[in-house]
Amino acid sequence: MRLSFGSWLAVAAVATAGAAITLGSFERPPVTAVQRGFRGTAMELVYNERLLAVNAYLHQVPEAPEPADAGEPYARDTYQNVQVLGDLSVQQFGRLMQSMTEWVSPEVENPEPGAPQRGCNYCHNPENYAEDSVYTKVVARRMLQMTKHINEHWKSHVGEAGVTCYTCHRGNPVPLNVWAQPPANDGSRGRGFTADSARQNLASASVGLASLPYDIFTPYFQDAGDIRVNGSTPLAEGNRHTIKQAEWTYGLMMHFSQALNVNCTYCHNSRAFSDWSQSSPQRTNAWHGIRMVRDVNMSYINPLQPVFPASRLGPNGDPLKANCTTCHQGAYKPLYGAHMLQDHPELNLVQATPAPSEEARR
Amino acid sequence: MSMLSYEKKYRVRGGTLIGGDLFDFWVGPFYVGFFGVTSIFFTLLGTALIVYGAALQGTGNIWLINIPPPDLKYGLGFAPIKEGGLWQAITICAIGAFGSWALRQAEIARKLGMGYHIPVAFSVAIFAYVTLVVIRPVLMGAWGHGFPYGIWSHLDWVSNTGYQYLHFHYNPAHMLAVSFFFATTLALSLHGSLVLAALNPRKGEPVKTAEHENTFFRDIIGYSIGTLGIHRLGLFLALSAGFWSAVCIVISGPFWTRGWPEWWGWWLNLPIWS
Repeated sequence: MRLSFGSWLAVAAVATAGAAITLGSFERPPVTAVQRGFRGTAMELVYNERLLAVNAYLHQVPEAPEPADAGEPYARDTYQNVQVLGDLSVQQFGRLMQSMTEWVSPEVENPEPGAPQRGCNYCHNPENYAEDSVYTKVVARRMLQMTKHINEHWKSHVGEAGVTCYTCHRGNPVPLNVWAQPPANDGSRGRGFTADSARQNLASASVGLASLPYDIFTPYFQDAGDIRVNGSTPLAEGNRHTIKQAEWTYGLMMHFSQALNVNCTYCHNSRAFSDWSQSSPQRTNAWHGIRMVRDVNMSYINPLQPVFPASRLGPNGDPLKANCTTCHQGAYKPLYGAHMLQDHPELNLVQATPAPSEEARR
Repeated sequence: MSMLSYEKKYRVRGGTLIGGDLFDFWVGPFYVGFFGVTSIFFTLLGTALIVYGAALQGTGNIWLINIPPPDLKYGLGFAPIKEGGLWQAITICAIGAFGSWALRQAEIARKLGMGYHIPVAFSVAIFAYVTLVVIRPVLMGAWGHGFPYGIWSHLDWVSNTGYQYLHFHYNPAHMLAVSFFFATTLALSLHGSLVLAALNPRKGEPVKTAEHENTFFRDIIGYSIGTLGIHRLGLFLALSAGFWSAVCIVISGPFWTRGWPEWWGWWLNLPIWS
């Protein structure tokens, strides 16, 4: 067969493009695998250590300042308007303020013009540290209570490692991985040729570039959506769940695996996804995690909605909320399971309800 | 056993690959040959080891018999016989038996003066198996990545291995393999129905010829690939299905560790629109 010069050129161009895609888009051995089930069941995590090394910096714990002594003099007796940190000693109070600044609003070398002030002034009026005129101080107070609440009541998810401000913030005033409801005014459809009313059929980062529904956060991390769609019988007797519902669940599961950098077999034996007796213990942990995130969003973040300025709200007017990535950021345990809380005992002294005001105490 | 009238002229000595005329004879209708002997040896040994494994497992239920590969901790070394060594031995037997059979096919093809189409085609199936239990485990650094030998257990392995990559339908080679499998069955059904229709005419009509078959397809799709061509097409489609199956599993793990949907990021990131 004789091909014309033009045909050869076209063949060469296609072959070059194919080779470039093939070489450029894949990974290569060696890979690392972690066996998590009986041999031959393929319950395995598979990692490329070169990729893990690239993101290792994300999961390092910042150095803790020198420990501070507890006891008198207490912050509540020394400073004014100390509503939730009154049980800290003055030393501990100073240490926590120092840590929070590093965790949430560290000074930057070249701040963008017009950006909010960093350092202490991100939350405090430099003229009067005690007053609540800066909204971030009000938010920070509630977030301290949230941290205490998580460490005290959600040990089922966070265990003894606990959480600190740094678990989410990582040196950013707004945690990098947050979500808000997608705009309501986009009609009932997403963008794109094949997009449909479930906001799917778009390659969406929230579901690992799959075509699954991309707002999986509103139904499960705000509303208590129905996740377990599997029937418990071989035939679909009485199971009214639809394929559409299964796609939402699949989308949520894609979010889990993206957030933790694990695959489905980290929690499930896929021969029977729904069967707890064949699932790994991590599935129980995730079950509590879903409820914890919902609690955080509904009890702590959403009620702060009126406090936030418009620039800190999503397109729909709801605050920026938490999901799995907010803390995990691609690690199976945030900060690879470092027990960071134990270096910051001040966080355990936060008072759950604001201390009574000066007037009430009299 | 009696011999068909024309069978004798096909019983040609020679054409063996090794061993001169060692085992170059027939038992009843069956050619033996050196590789027939090795086939029988590996088959009997491998089957006996599976039966031993079932006895160790304590089940005679054919659905539940399971010969699992070693734990990953044994890497590419030998495992104790009851902890995956059995799987390793059976794997050697299986490759020995499959390879022997392909070579026996090659010897028969030489005796008959045929091309090597049949051993080449069978070799693609062997290649897919070897990819699963040798090439991919070696690339990933442990025999434990092979699939277990058991009717139900290998299905569980397939399911979990797919879900290691979150959504296997996004695996580009899996897409090709599945498409080729479907195309194979479509081509086979078109071809089979055409032949059956041509050979089973209405009562009183003569059996139709290839010209009829060509005319039928030229009428409905404007083209007939022809009587020889359909078999070439069928071979291509079937071998492609097996070949891309092997590719789709060997790239899962050694050449991609994340979810398959994520692999398509290259498309989203093409400089044309990103």
